[in-house]
Amino acid sequence: MTGLPASFVRQDLVDSRPAPVKTTGFTGFVRTRLFNTPTNAILTIVGALLLWLTVVPTVKFLLIDAVWQGTSRTDCLAAAAGHEVGACWPFVQAKFAQFVYGFYPEDERWRVNLTFALAALLLLPLLIPRVPAKSLNAGLFFVAFPVVAFFLLHGGGLHGFALSWTADLLSGFSASISEAGSKLAAGGGVFSLLGSLIYGFGSAVWVLIWPLSWLRDAIQNASRPLWIDFAITAVVVSGLLFLLNGGFRNGWRALVRSLAIFAGIAVVIFVMRLDRGGLPIVDSRMWGGLLVTLVVSVTGIVTSMPVGIALALGRRSTIPLIRIFSVLFIEFWRGVPLITVLFFATYMLPLFLPGNFTVDGLVRVLIGIALFAGAYNAEVIRGGLQAIPRGQAEAASALGLSYWKITGLVVMPQALRHVIPGLVNSFIALFKDTSLVSIVALFDLLGSLRASFADPTWSTPTTLFTGFAFTGIVYFVFCFGMSRYSLFVEHRLNAHRRT
Amino acid sequence: MAIEARSPPPQFVAKLRRLLGGRAGWGGLLLQVLFVAALIWVAYEIVDNARGNLANQRIASGFGFMSQTAGFGVSQALIPYSEADSYTRVFLVGLVNTLVVSFIGIIFATIIGFMVALGRLSPNWLLSKISGGYVELIRNLPLLFQILFWYLAVLGTLPNPRQSVSVFDAFFLSNRGIVVPRPVGEAGLDAFLIAFVVAVAIALALPAYARRRLFQTGKPMTVWPFALSLLIGLPLIATLIFGQPFSFEIPALKGFNFAGGARVAPEFVALTLALATYTAAFIAEIVRAGIQSVHKGQMEAGASLGLSRGSTLRLVVVPQALRVILPPLTNQYLNLTKNSSLAVAIGYPDLFSVFAGTTLSQTGQAIEIIAITMSVYLLISIVTSALMSFYGWRLGRSLGS
Repeated sequence: MTGLPASFVRQDLVDSRPAPVKTTGFTGFVRTRLFNTPTNAILTIVGALLLWLTVVPTVKFLLIDAVWQGTSRTDCLAAAAGHEVGACWPFVQAKFAQFVYGFYPEDERWRVNLTFALAALLLLPLLIPRVPAKSLNAGLFFVAFPVVAFFLLHGGGLHGFALSWTADLLSGFSASISEAGSKLAAGGGVFSLLGSLIYGFGSAVWVLIWPLSWLRDAIQNASRPLWIDFAITAVVVSGLLFLLNGGFRNGWRALVRSLAIFAGIAVVIFVMRLDRGGLPIVDSRMWGGLLVTLVVSVTGIVTSMPVGIALALGRRSTIPLIRIFSVLFIEFWRGVPLITVLFFATYMLPLFLPGNFTVDGLVRVLIGIALFAGAYNAEVIRGGLQAIPRGQAEAASALGLSYWKITGLVVMPQALRHVIPGLVNSFIALFKDTSLVSIVALFDLLGSLRASFADPTWSTPTTLFTGFAFTGIVYFVFCFGMSRYSLFVEHRLNAHRRT
Repeated sequence: MAIEARSPPPQFVAKLRRLLGGRAGWGGLLLQVLFVAALIWVAYEIVDNARGNLANQRIASGFGFMSQTAGFGVSQALIPYSEADSYTRVFLVGLVNTLVVSFIGIIFATIIGFMVALGRLSPNWLLSKISGGYVELIRNLPLLFQILFWYLAVLGTLPNPRQSVSVFDAFFLSNRGIVVPRPVGEAGLDAFLIAFVVAVAIALALPAYARRRLFQTGKPMTVWPFALSLLIGLPLIATLIFGQPFSFEIPALKGFNFAGGARVAPEFVALTLALATYTAAFIAEIVRAGIQSVHKGQMEAGASLGLSRGSTLRLVVVPQALRVILPPLTNQYLNLTKNSSLAVAIGYPDLFSVFAGTTLSQTGQAIEIIAITMSVYLLISIVTSALMSFYGWRLGRSLGS
């Protein structure tokens, strides 16, 4: 142990080590995330150059060099502005009405504004999860609002109600069946027997619904057909609901609800004066711009949901023919481009309908879009249905619920909640796809934009870019908003999985 | 004495009921019968109305029109076509154009999509933000909007041929499209092509050889210098021996347009550009999701083996991610093919534009033409999905074993 000091006590302070390389704050961020390796440094410089070459000219074009006020193309020329001219915003100001309403008559545009306001008023509380009364709200938005919006935008009144419609539908059905039967009977051989049978069936239907058609004719000849028809429908439907839901024991709730709904319908009919012709009719050929884009997309969204749910259930059904039909239907619509569907709706559908029966061009397109979007929604909803454990349906079955109650009360609500993000994504796709209607001669936002380029009073070198910038911003705001909402819902749904 | 187990009763009726009506039993059977009756009724109505309407409009149904003379020109025909040819020829010209634009679009979309996805996952902050911005911007704008933007606003405002932008006086960019030098075959072409094909074949076979050598002898072999020298060397030798394979016909401005050279139509450029950039944004998201689905530990394991980030991605992560990526990627390829029908908006002569557009308006045979067009797209979809499910089945088998 000799030679070693008994203890060692350092007499002076050790020099402090240099501070570690800073990895926080701005310099640290630059060092670790932008310039940590030579490759990254090069990438950063290339990226910065790219930004410099795209963002700066864009901002310069849209804001700094832009012309903000003017009345015609001369204001947007470099000679008048005295500098290099960017976006020509007066062009958008001049065409704004066309971009939003199309050729909708100027005096009637309040109707469009009112529809937009109603939609916003109903949609906002539906999107905020904390607001109560979701089912009432959804019912108003998905069922009541489309009907009201139709009478607001298109105008026109009603002459009959559910009773007349049912009678019309059934008599048309029986006439068609009888006609088919008589044609078949004329074919001879085995067909004559089958044809006679079908003809007999059609005649039987005609005899069965005779009281109904008699009642319809009596109502239509009365002084106020709509109100009489409405009252009869309200009484019959409410009475049926009352009896089906347990009669005097516990049917009161259903009765009150049904009467409340009918009272609501009556208020709408009265306020909109549907019994006295309603608002003046604006033909859908006059509609255009953002109005058509929103009408097509909202109708597509609303109508594709029931189609999608029905097809998804059909595809999961164990009944052979229904499953095969659903699979074929879904795969067919998913396999063809939307533009062929629109051409199908525009050129083929009129041929398939009776000759005296014309369908509005917009409605034809809406039918095509509903089928197309329905097939896509069906696959999204099927994904949700498959995500629900089988035990849920089995437990409900053990409680003695029927198939429809299991589906409607247990499985479907869970499945739909699962697939909200997927549905919103498919709605975004649908919203973007509505721009295709401009190819079949409907003037949606993009179609109006294209039409506005033809105006010689505004033809300047920057008009094209200005128009595309404005329309692009509108589309972007809608789609981006929807995608952010979908992310928000996804985040909320997965709240229990967060760590 | 053993008692043999009794076999269960045959239950023929129950089996039949299950077969005919599924889980819903006889009720299901009844439902099917009603459903089929309704379908037959609807079909009857459609056929009856269509027959009546066609008779009113004096249109003869049938496919006889396909052999009539088309009588209109098509701006881009890759198979020989003249105005005197039949509508069948028009159909084929359009189909070829659709396939060409889809094929080129798919190649570019895949390249851009993978690059953007890797950029989004890059540790470089700026690069990932730029890639993210690209994806958000492109995905939230309609495709038709983008096609029209490229066609009308970007390519349409290029200068006319007299003031065209030229690169090396050989490539000209104007509002008539892009004019490029056209290769013209000369004496040494055959030998050059053969040499090139041989070089490509050997270059493709080299990695397999290197792999086998690595497994047998343990000696790694760097492939790319050999492959590169083969690809350049063999054609070069062929050129030196047999003479120049082709010369370029340089386009020149004559009057108001270009003479010589090959012209790529602006419609084609706009459509391909829009389709490729649009689909690339979706592919980027798919690839990103696929790469992120590979466990983080794989990346770390690769790094701890001393592989670079690029090598780890290429050798470890991407092969595993490919299983997740491929099905949605095929879906995007199909979408691109279907979206190429938007060519009708800018007049590129694809299948839809020349057949369901021009031919339909000339002949008025709506039912036949739309049915043919739909079935072509449907056929492409079905064939691709069948191949994909076969691939998935094989993958599932190889994973299971």
